[in-house]
Amino acid sequence: MKLDINTINKIAKLARIRLSEEEAKDLLKDMNSILDWVEQLNEVNTDSVEPLANISSSILPQRKDEAKDINSADEILKNSPDKLEGYFAVPKVVE
Amino acid sequence: MSNLIKGKEQEWETVIGLEIHAQVKSNSKLFSSSSSTFGSKPNSQVSLVDAAMPGMLPVINKYCIEQAIKTGIGLNAKINNYSVFDRKNYFYADLPQGYQISQYKHPIVGEGKVTIDFKDGSSKDIRIVRLHLEQDAGKSIHDQNPTKTYVDLNRSGVALMEIVSEPDIRSADEAGLYISKIRSILMYLDTCDGNMQEGSLRADVNISVRKLDDKYGTRCEIKNLNSIKFIKQAINYEVKRQIEVLEEGGVIEQNTLLFNTSTGKTRPMRSKEEAHDYRYFPDPDLLPLEIDQEDIDKLKKTITELPDDRKKRYVDDYNLSNYDASVLTADKFVSDYFDNVIKFDKTLKKSSKIVVNWITSELFSLLNENNIEINNSPITPQYLGKLVKLLKEDIISGKIAKDVLVEMFNTKKDPEKIIEQKGLKQVTDTSEIENIVNEVLQENQKMVDQYLSGKDKLLGFFVGQTMKKSKGKANPKILNEILQSKLSKKN
Repeated sequence: MKLDINTINKIAKLARIRLSEEEAKDLLKDMNSILDWVEQLNEVNTDSVEPLANISSSILPQRKDEAKDINSADEILKNSPDKLEGYFAVPKVVE
Repeated sequence: MSNLIKGKEQEWETVIGLEIHAQVKSNSKLFSSSSSTFGSKPNSQVSLVDAAMPGMLPVINKYCIEQAIKTGIGLNAKINNYSVFDRKNYFYADLPQGYQISQYKHPIVGEGKVTIDFKDGSSKDIRIVRLHLEQDAGKSIHDQNPTKTYVDLNRSGVALMEIVSEPDIRSADEAGLYISKIRSILMYLDTCDGNMQEGSLRADVNISVRKLDDKYGTRCEIKNLNSIKFIKQAINYEVKRQIEVLEEGGVIEQNTLLFNTSTGKTRPMRSKEEAHDYRYFPDPDLLPLEIDQEDIDKLKKTITELPDDRKKRYVDDYNLSNYDASVLTADKFVSDYFDNVIKFDKTLKKSSKIVVNWITSELFSLLNENNIEINNSPITPQYLGKLVKLLKEDIISGKIAKDVLVEMFNTKKDPEKIIEQKGLKQVTDTSEIENIVNEVLQENQKMVDQYLSGKDKLLGFFVGQTMKKSKGKANPKILNEILQSKLSKKN
């Protein structure tokens, strides 16, 4: 599998990362070599092997439905560059 | 019943599928211990997990899993012993993680079906594709400031069940019946509070039109409708729009639409080139969810009567029509109320139709006028049962019963006491009624003559006058008999 520069730009756009033309070219090279490396796995025949979710055969830990009263507003908003009356304030998002 | 819509040249069929988002009724969120209570102070119920601080890990709420399984059972659906949580990636201000934890390829609940009932007594099955668990996003407020959006993350991470239907729905009315039915099942199971105003239950509607027996047309999706009325309005508008486009030779573009509740129109939400690419992949923070059949069977046993079971009981035991029974059972509180009225006295079982009418017309109009929910009704089911019994036993007339009901509503008093205090007991003593009839006939000699010369319609006048004189208390049946026999003797 080979990525092209359009795919790199699309991924960057979806991730909201601005790339210069130069950076995109570098990333194209890097990502293609990573893909090439991972593709070596295709040499193994996995037709009869179930996908593995984890190697420790542990099960999904579950918790009780207990609500903790945390009254978090001050702490949660502490790092926010802009806020108003307990709300985060962000640049206007349309829709 | 034909659902086809007449266009200029031909008839069109509407094809609709619904994605319903139902908030799981639970104390805490799906992957964190913050409270899920509605209407709290902004950002007061946000843990570090909900705010997606680096290094935080999700731990699933066992109760939410059980709620989803119970709902699956209520939808006659297959519960999957193995399901997987995936990340649905998109960028938005009220989604701090940058992805929503959802289920994509392996949902917790698979195929099921629900039945909707029509007025004419017929019914129809709507197939369910799946139900999956996912996180809700936060809330954005756009209209307070021209350059800012305000974000409240209290809802962020609250558990939702997304229930997806097959495109089996053929009209706005069917869509309304379907969502009412889902709401009713959820409320019987107590897995969602069903509160559409607070957004606990909302729907995305997929709509397309086609010539009958043709393949499906291109669909548009209307997002986030939170009332049955708006769902119907939005469908009717969109169907008309699509037919107009097609009949003018245009094509429908696949689009996500928003419904403007004040204009009643739909408009596109995002342009095509920005169409979402969610890049789903299994969440590496969460192992697959494995459920023992034993646990599913245990939950099955905790489920009491569902709306369809109760409907069947009403039809079988109380002889109600399929439609009456479905209207009554649609709202669990209404249905519980009805059950308690009937329980008041054994004889009421035979008068169940009368009880239904008293609840759905007289009581409902009083409740609606005063904006009171039936579970807060000032008239207890026991007292309403007593009132219907008094009516059935001819102790009071229907007209007086209505007055007594209003009095009961205002004072919360026992109907028997009201009747006693106000002296409203029906007069069934024939001689007393006879005296009043005599008075009326004497006072209206002219009318009597007219009646005798053939003006039959005047009988109603005499009935009315006698009733008025008795202050509404004369038994109408006895009154009629006496009046007719008196008048015929005069002939």
